[in-house]
Amino acid sequence: MKESLSIHISDEEIQNLNKMIYIQYGYDFSDYSLASYKRRLSRIMINFKILNLTDLEYKLVEDELFFNVFLEEVTVNVTEMFRDPDFYKCLRRDIIPQLSTYPMIRIWHAGCSTGEEVYSLAILLKEADLLKRSLLYATDINEDVLIKAKSGSFSLELMKEYNENYKNTGGLFDLSDYYTVKDDRAIFNEEFRNRMVFSPHNLIQDKSFNEFNLILCRNVLIYFNRDLQNRVIKLFSMSLSSFGYLALGSKETLELNGVNEEFELVNKQQKIWKRKK
Amino acid sequence: MEEKEIIVFGGSAGSVDVLLSILPKLPVKFPFPIVVVIHRKDMDDSVLESVMKSRCQLNVIEIEDKTFIKDGTIFLAPAGYHLLVENDYSFSLDLSEKINFSRPNIDVALESIVNIYKNRVIGILLSGGNEDGARGMKLIKDAGGLIMIQSPESSSVPVMPKSIESLVEPHNILSPDEICNFLLSKSLSCNKRVFK
Repeated sequence: MKESLSIHISDEEIQNLNKMIYIQYGYDFSDYSLASYKRRLSRIMINFKILNLTDLEYKLVEDELFFNVFLEEVTVNVTEMFRDPDFYKCLRRDIIPQLSTYPMIRIWHAGCSTGEEVYSLAILLKEADLLKRSLLYATDINEDVLIKAKSGSFSLELMKEYNENYKNTGGLFDLSDYYTVKDDRAIFNEEFRNRMVFSPHNLIQDKSFNEFNLILCRNVLIYFNRDLQNRVIKLFSMSLSSFGYLALGSKETLELNGVNEEFELVNKQQKIWKRKK
Repeated sequence: MEEKEIIVFGGSAGSVDVLLSILPKLPVKFPFPIVVVIHRKDMDDSVLESVMKSRCQLNVIEIEDKTFIKDGTIFLAPAGYHLLVENDYSFSLDLSEKINFSRPNIDVALESIVNIYKNRVIGILLSGGNEDGARGMKLIKDAGGLIMIQSPESSSVPVMPKSIESLVEPHNILSPDEICNFLLSKSLSCNKRVFK
């Protein structure tokens, strides 16, 4: 089936929509990257057969439940376990041994979506025998995805692919060692969830809430414009301990943003930086 | 900002060889940005980039989020992301679901490029085994830009260039050599204007 291409939306219409959403729901989308935000809006309108932006605005004002659907659609939630295996291999080889020097390891997974990458990291920590003294804070703007993340239950049919990813990170065991199967779900062991704290956090409006040794925020900044990226990177800088690590998505960079003086590059390919002091 | 054109290649199976027969011949002072949006496996990223870099005279950049578009540069769309263009002439990337099994999707990229560059887009669709790109090419033509396809006879997999036939008539149907000559003469005429 051919999908129809997108609906034309003007910048002014977007500003009006954003104002309404901010007033009614308190979410500020005004510094989202315009091209992808427009694309999300147009896809929502096509999927729900909404003809123009006024109708979308009307539906959002009327229907709070629809706003939740909207939020889920606008904040892209595509993720997988051990996404980019080479990145996890690098964590395993270079970063986790450094973290092991701390008595208590605090990690923040910002924009964790449904949690696949949080469990991935927890598995690496367990294999380095560090899970017991680690705490993984996993946050997202969207509370619905956090409920899924908290359940630690993922579709069983994806496990074959995830196991391949896991092996490619240098994993010596089998992913199935870490979950039990119930119906068509793989439910990850309690010991992982016990070290995780799930909480809503909005990178755009909320403040720093702890000091971390490692912050992961992968493929979230691509949806933000340059100004907002800068503000979020400042927030990360404020939330890192001295020499704490920051990991971004494989096509994201601090270099364009003029805020990199606080960071030193650790791995260019895998997009890992370290706070200078 | 000067109203400059942008050249976009789309392609899939059989397109890398064609690109490698065209792009290395383009001179260092090539006066337009060139964007390459092709389907490839996630793994090939750095391989394609280094092959291109070693053969091309032009600067080759694999696009990262918010990379600025500039002339005389070949920009490769990274595998696994949709490619979009922002108002400030920078690229942005998007990880949302695949469209017709592809990400980057050529239609998505072309639509976003047309939104910003309007009638200043030259779209070239190469060899490929699916129909991605056809609707994007129509958008380019509708906006007043120029579209051309690799001739089906010269394409190792002609499904992609052929697929536009039912939607829109291309301005030109060219062999790889002819595409190269077109770009070279385009570059010469543009530079002449500048140096007059």
